[in-house]
Amino acid sequence: MSTEVHDPGAYDYSQRPARLPVDVDHSNKDLAIPLQDRVEMYELQQVLRQFEKRAYDLFMQNLVKGTSHLSLGMEAVAAGFGLALRPDDYSFATYRGHAHTIARGAALGPVMAELLGRENGILKGKGGSMHLTSVEHGMMGSYAIIGAHLTIANGAAWAAQLRGTDQVAVAFFGDGTTNIGAFHEALNFAAIWDLPVVFVCENNLYMEYTPIDVVSAVPNPAADRGPAYGLDGIVVDGNDADAVFHVASQAVARARAGDGPSLIEAVTYRHGGHSRADPGKYRPADEVEAWLERDPIPMYHQRLLELGVPEGDLAAIQQSVAGRVEDATEFAKGGSPPGEEHLFTDVWAAGGSAWRN
Amino acid sequence: MAELSYRDAVAYGIAQEMRRDPHLVMLGEDIGAAGGVFKTTVGLLDEFGPDRIRDTPISEQAILGAAMGAAMTGIPVIAEIMFSDFLAVCWDIVANQMAKSRYMTGGQVSIPVVIRTLNGGGSRFGAQHSQSVENWCMMIPGLKVVAPSTPADVVGLMAASVRDPDPVVFFEHKSLLAGKAEVPDGELVDELGTARVVREGTDCTIAALALMVPRALEAAERLAGDGISAEVIDVRSLVPLDTQALLGSVGKTSHFYTVEENPRLCGWGAELASIVADEAFWDLDGPVIRITTPHIPLPAAEALEDMSLPSVDRIYETVRKTLA
Repeated sequence: MSTEVHDPGAYDYSQRPARLPVDVDHSNKDLAIPLQDRVEMYELQQVLRQFEKRAYDLFMQNLVKGTSHLSLGMEAVAAGFGLALRPDDYSFATYRGHAHTIARGAALGPVMAELLGRENGILKGKGGSMHLTSVEHGMMGSYAIIGAHLTIANGAAWAAQLRGTDQVAVAFFGDGTTNIGAFHEALNFAAIWDLPVVFVCENNLYMEYTPIDVVSAVPNPAADRGPAYGLDGIVVDGNDADAVFHVASQAVARARAGDGPSLIEAVTYRHGGHSRADPGKYRPADEVEAWLERDPIPMYHQRLLELGVPEGDLAAIQQSVAGRVEDATEFAKGGSPPGEEHLFTDVWAAGGSAWRN
Repeated sequence: MAELSYRDAVAYGIAQEMRRDPHLVMLGEDIGAAGGVFKTTVGLLDEFGPDRIRDTPISEQAILGAAMGAAMTGIPVIAEIMFSDFLAVCWDIVANQMAKSRYMTGGQVSIPVVIRTLNGGGSRFGAQHSQSVENWCMMIPGLKVVAPSTPADVVGLMAASVRDPDPVVFFEHKSLLAGKAEVPDGELVDELGTARVVREGTDCTIAALALMVPRALEAAERLAGDGISAEVIDVRSLVPLDTQALLGSVGKTSHFYTVEENPRLCGWGAELASIVADEAFWDLDGPVIRITTPHIPLPAAEALEDMSLPSVDRIYETVRKTLA
């Protein structure tokens, strides 16, 4: 047994050196992305931001029970991929899945109603925040035990490969997922079968309450593992929707062409804690401050102004999004709690739950 | 009518379904080129090709994840988990993902997957390659659970499982593989949730599954020599469960026994015993008795394993003593 006295301060992660965001790469302004797509990404980021803020407010009012994991600060990843995907592509997310569900086109009202546990929720109140799914939009589920959904995304990609369609499956996951076995099984499996799948690590620097570098053998938890499976380790600024859209489009095109999987690590930061219960006090104050200054949405706002979009147009988008979020909130609040008739439905494809005659 | 081994019936049943449904695919470790480590998939790669019969790495999570993802996007899948003990390394996909996704999504997804897995003892493989784990699956809402005991049931229940839109765990018993029996010609499609009375009797009901079925039948034959008429029911399907067949039999015999290969605690027979106690109490003329493997990890040595699994002798003795 070691006789060293432990220094409790060594485990106060808030005292560690800050991990700072990269500077905005202004050359991304010159990427060949149609202005209309950029405006759409701006609007989508506004939707995600305002939706998540409202979700947070509704927690504070105790209208949302259980837990919830917000994507505040991470909107550029969902927006960039949302634009890069075709309606018949497949998305898979973790419990932090509100943004990825909305980015594929799910209506805000039923998503908000699901958070409130209402009958008009997108899952009829039976899944909740951590399991958002909208099959009609290609959003094949939010998986609350991390890792599994990378292997399941492989299956959707395999199905596309078998059918001979050029659909692509995308799996979003956090930095913490890179240390679970399923991540490694999934990458190897996708590589050997040349599956049309894109693995997207949203590296927000914290595995729940612990800095990811404390628990990972390599500095870039996803990208540095890629070469072990014959995949390039792509790192992208996850706070710049243009940069995300650019690498997303390349990876999706590669998958569509039958050239196999990609692994992308989008470095970003959450503005809040891990989940509802977490104030995020383990993060150095100067780190939080620096990342808040590097907020993806004001940065993108500025870029669109530089590209000649009038301030009034952007203000109008913000305004209209606020109205949509307001409508969604009213829709959700207007829903009833699910009735008992829902308790025993949809265990089986036949509709019910009978396990005996 | 042709005689087929239980082992050959597996490939026969899969081939029947793959010929019917050109979308159906199968994946697993060593199932293609090697024909399966138990030779249960011999010939399938030759007939259906490498796109439909796919060898995988030793990655049970990746195997079942791929099965689930393909199934929920329209491709039905048979996935092999080589030994049922290995379900423990991919249990998240089975118990949390496949079983619950339909319910959690308000009915948005279907998971037409059959997980085939080699189950059970008698092969002297020790504690990690011999377990009977039907009860692991039976306790999870959203999973169907089947365990055939004859070649014809392998074929018919395989077809029923493949055609079922829900996830089915299909337990093939290692110690039954070599046994042969008649399998009817033509397409064979059975029904999940149906038990079968395999020997009629009037003095007691013995419910058994898989390898325990032939043992219960042999015990019943010996009991008949003592003047005891035992009815033997092959439960076949644990979920859905044919409780009517069990309750109907107990109504006739007034004595109920289960013969289970699993360790004692929370074995499938405990649920059956509970149902009989709840719903047929006034029909009973004696206690419900479970005959199980003791609550120990299965030992490897022949002598010890044979002492553990319910034997014909133990079934016979238990029924004879308790009915006397």
